[in-house]
Amino acid sequence: MSKHSKQYQRADEPIFWGLFGAGGVVAAFATPALILITGLLVPLGVLQLDYASVNAFASNWFGKLILIAVIAFPMWHACHRIYHAMHDLKVDVARGFFKVFWYGMAFVVTIAAGAYLIAI
Amino acid sequence: MSQAMMRVTVQRYRPEQDDAPFMQEFEVPYADDMSVIDALHYIKDNLDGTLSYRWSCRMAICGSCGYMVNGVPKLGCKTFLRDYLNTGLTVESLANFPIERDLVSDIGDFVEKLEEVKPYIIRQDAVSVQDGEHLQTPAQLTRYRQYSLCINCGLCYAACPQYGLNNEFMGPAALTLLHRYNQDSRDQGRDERIDIVNAEEGVWGCTFVGYCSEVCPKGVDPAAAIQQGKVESSKDFVMSKLRPRRSS
Ligand code: SF4
Ligand code: FES
Repeated sequence: MSKHSKQYQRADEPIFWGLFGAGGVVAAFATPALILITGLLVPLGVLQLDYASVNAFASNWFGKLILIAVIAFPMWHACHRIYHAMHDLKVDVARGFFKVFWYGMAFVVTIAAGAYLIAI
Repeated sequence: MSQAMMRVTVQRYRPEQDDAPFMQEFEVPYADDMSVIDALHYIKDNLDGTLSYRWSCRMAICGSCGYMVNGVPKLGCKTFLRDYLNTGLTVESLANFPIERDLVSDIGDFVEKLEEVKPYIIRQDAVSVQDGEHLQTPAQLTRYRQYSLCINCGLCYAACPQYGLNNEFMGPAALTLLHRYNQDSRDQGRDERIDIVNAEEGVWGCTFVGYCSEVCPKGVDPAAAIQQGKVESSKDFVMSKLRPRRSS
């Protein structure tokens, strides 16, 4: 009976889960292609990407939106996943600190990427 | 003709005499249609009458006979010796629950959680018998039917790594049962259950491993119910920011 007096606290997960979900979609569709292009094909010289055209892409608002999406969302996805993987691996020390640390990292990357893009 | 035999390894634990669980081997006569429960019956009737295990219906509907079979949560009555001829067969009590005796696990926590989610139809406006039955369309039935097929066997709790790490987590079957009533068009009790859904112990304790749905013997798909619960909780989160929360 006393069980029913248990108080439940609303988790703040919906925010992070939303960003995690968005990041999952972007990471599934765009990230592999981006890694292939920027990490392999361009460095190996298979594909040419000249500065002027990349710069032009990042200079208009449509390009900026795409870039912030492929940078920020997967970052939130990854940080959320690492934070939860720590619990899965029974690393439960300083949960509060690591929560701020991981989500803070995603936040900083988002803001920094946004600022750079706006500055272009 | 000599009877083919099969070796079955069974976990034993008799708290009044054993310090820790140990494994005991038995030779049972083999037949193609012999289930794990049949093998345990044979052992109890012919080899060691002290063996304790739960079972009842023998037809995958009572949910009593959950064991770990070669490390995988299974119903003993729905699992057959013939599928373990090459691997050998080891039967243990359900993972993630304390052992009460031999194959009997203490599922008290699981049962409490099932009760906690108010698994019954709640009405805000009372209706009398004279008003007749609550009609439901096939589409309304489809929204919850699959989730109502749970037999409370607890296999999904034995499969869930999050429940194993922290049993404050409500777990697959209880959250599915909660969702089943929230999805029922006759029910008006969502507001009484949403606090559990929204909590860390609720749907947010789940990291969508999905093993619960894999082991479920009734095709309930608790993982799907929990993901739908996350969507519900997210909507409720946004609404609670836009609109002051009802007083409850
Ligand atoms: S959801 Fe499936 S595995 Fe879990 S208790 Fe119900 S029937 Fe058993
Ligand atoms: S004995 Fe009833 S489910 Fe197996």
